[in-house]
Amino acid sequence: MILAGGQGSRLKALTKTVAKPAVPFGGKYRIIDFPLSNCANSGIEKVGVLTQYKPLELHNYLGSGSSWDLDRTGGGVFILPPYAREKGADWYRGTADAIYQNLNFIDLADPDYVLILSGDHIYTMDYSWMLKAHKDNNADVTIGVFEVSWDEAPRFGIMVTDKDTGRITEFQEKPKQPKSNLASMGIYIFSKPFLKKYLEEDGVNENSTHDFGNDLIPKMLADNARMFSYAFDGYWKDVGTIESLWQANMDLLEDTPPFDLKGDMKIYSSNPSLPPHFIGPDASVKSSMINEGAKIEGDVDKSVIFQGVKVGPDAKVTNSVILPSAVVEKGATVNYAIIAQDAVIKAGARVEGKPGEIFVVPEGAIVNA
Amino acid sequence: MKQVVGIINLQEGNSLIRELAATRAVEALPFAGRYRLVDFAISNMVNSGISTVGLMLPDFSRAVLDHIRSGKDWDLARRRDGLTYLPAALPDNDSRKGDLKDIYANLDFAELSGKQYVLLTNASYIYNIDFKDVVDFHKKSGADITMVYSKATTDRDGKSVVIQTSTNGIVTDLAEVPAIKQGQKDVMGAYLMPVPTFAYIVRTTYERGGQDFLLDGLIRHANEFKISAYKHHGYVAHINSTMEYYQANRDCLNPDVWQELFMNNDRPIFTKVKDEVPVQYKDSANVKNSLVANGCD
Repeated sequence: MILAGGQGSRLKALTKTVAKPAVPFGGKYRIIDFPLSNCANSGIEKVGVLTQYKPLELHNYLGSGSSWDLDRTGGGVFILPPYAREKGADWYRGTADAIYQNLNFIDLADPDYVLILSGDHIYTMDYSWMLKAHKDNNADVTIGVFEVSWDEAPRFGIMVTDKDTGRITEFQEKPKQPKSNLASMGIYIFSKPFLKKYLEEDGVNENSTHDFGNDLIPKMLADNARMFSYAFDGYWKDVGTIESLWQANMDLLEDTPPFDLKGDMKIYSSNPSLPPHFIGPDASVKSSMINEGAKIEGDVDKSVIFQGVKVGPDAKVTNSVILPSAVVEKGATVNYAIIAQDAVIKAGARVEGKPGEIFVVPEGAIVNA
Repeated sequence: MKQVVGIINLQEGNSLIRELAATRAVEALPFAGRYRLVDFAISNMVNSGISTVGLMLPDFSRAVLDHIRSGKDWDLARRRDGLTYLPAALPDNDSRKGDLKDIYANLDFAELSGKQYVLLTNASYIYNIDFKDVVDFHKKSGADITMVYSKATTDRDGKSVVIQTSTNGIVTDLAEVPAIKQGQKDVMGAYLMPVPTFAYIVRTTYERGGQDFLLDGLIRHANEFKISAYKHHGYVAHINSTMEYYQANRDCLNPDVWQELFMNNDRPIFTKVKDEVPVQYKDSANVKNSLVANGCD
C-alpha cells in the first residue's frame, strides 16, 4: 500500500497542480516510480496507491500499471482515493486512517502480509529480504530503519533496538535527546490479521490522530507486540523539500553517484515516445544528465535535463534541474534553479538562485529578460 | 481508417545491404540511436488510425519478433484487432524466390479482415506520414490503386521504383531501376487498393508463376488499372544500401529532420520500451552535433 495522498506542501510551486508522488525526478522519473518499481522488482504484484491531494496527473500517469509490469492477471495497480459510503464520505484523516478506510481492499486481496510504503522517498530496495526477516523473527510488525547522523536524529521517528535481536524496545518521535540513531523509513510490514485488529480499534478511537507514527506504532509497542527493525543500508533520500529534491538530483551527477540508477534494480517509468536527445554543433554538456527528446544548443553543466527540454544557442544552464518540455531560450542563463514543466525562460533572461536558496520557476511560467 | 487493413511486407528483397543484414532482416536494423527501421512502418500505420496490421515475417525473424513481441509498445496489443504476424510461406518443391508466395500464403488475412482497403507497405523507407491523407486522396481520385511517392532530392544508388505521371496525377509508367536520379518520382513502397483488387493481383500473378509482388504483380498489371500517385512532401530515406543507411542516420543530425521525423506530437515514432537511464555526461565529456540515446554513458 503506497501512501501517495500528501500535498508535499514544502515543495510549494512544484506541487501546486500535482501530488508529491507525481513530482518529476532524475531526468525521466517521478517519485512514485521508486516504490512502484521496488514492488515490481520484489515480486509484489498487487499494489494499492492511496491518493487524495490533486490526484489527476498521478492517476493519469499510473494507468493500468503496465509500465511497471504490474498489469498482471490477479495483480495490478489499484488507485484508492477516498470514497463515499452510507454514512457519508471522509477524507483520509491520517496515514493509518487511509489504510483503515481501505481494509475492504485488503480483505479482497486477502494477503498474508501488508507492506506499507510512503511515496516520498528515492531508493531501491528488494522488500522480499525484509519480508524474510519478518517471517524469521515471527514478527507482528517489521519497520525499515536507516542510520542517520546523531545530529539529524531529532528530525525523525527514532527506533531504539536491542542490538542482538533487532527487536524494537522504544519509539521516540522527533526526540530532543535521541537514544538511537536509527530512523524509521516509513516502511512497515504487518501480518495482516494483526494490522487489521489495530486499525479497527484505532479507526473508532476519537482521540487518535490516526497516524502510524503517532498512534499505532506506540500503541503496538505498549501492548508488547513483536516489533522488529530491519536495517537498510543503501541510498535513501527524502525529497520533501525544494532543497532536498534539488540535492537528490545533483547527487546523480557525481562521478560515482551515491545512487546508481543503473544498478540491479531497474526503475520503470511511463514516458512518451521520444527520440535520443540532440546535442547541437556549438553545444557543451558536462557533468549532466540528459533525457530523450531534448534539444541542447547551448551550455549545460551540472544539471539534470528532462525530456523535451530546449536549451537555445548561447544559453547557459548550471546547477539546475529543468523539468519536462521547459524552454531556455537563446542567451538566457539559469543557475541553481528548478524550472518546472513547460516554463519558458525568454531570450536573455537570467534566473539566478544560490546554494541553499534554489530558485523555483513554476509550471508554465514565463520569465522575461 | 477503420476500413483499412495494413500489411507490412518484410519479405521484400534487399541485396545491396548484405553486410548489415546477414543475420537479421534489414527492417530490424538499428536506426537513429533508438529505433529499428520497422518502427516507422508500424508507427505510421498506427498514427494514421489503422489498428489491424499484418506483419509479414522475414526469413530470419527472431530479431523482429523479439523487438515487437505483442505489439504493445505500438498500441497494437488489442483484443479485437491489433497486430497479426504473417509467417513466410512453407518452402515447397518449386522453391520460388521473391515475396509473392508469402503474400499469397497470407491472403486470408486481408480477405477475412472485413476491411475495404489494404495498405501494403515495406519497411525500408523512413518517413513520417498520416496515411489518412493518402486514403482521402485515393477516394477523390477515383483510381483503383494509389501509390505514395516522393521526389528524389539527390541521385541514389540501389534499386528503386520510379513512376511517370500525367498532369492529373495518374501514373503513366512504372519501372524498377537500378539507381535513381535527383528529381525522379520515387515510389516509397506504399500501395493502397481495395482488398478485392489486391487479392486479384496476388492470385492471378502467383498462379501464373509470378515471384515478386512489385515486378510480376503490380508492374505487369499496371495497364489494367487506373493508378494514381500521392506525393509525400516530408523527409524520405530509402535504406537499400550501406551508404544509404549511413547517410540516413547522419541526416537525423539535421535538427529539422530530427524534428520532422521524431518530434511530431500527433505522430510519434514508437519503439520497444527499454527503460534505459538518461545519458550521464561526465566532466570530461565533449559531445557536439550528435544524437545520444538513453543507456549511454
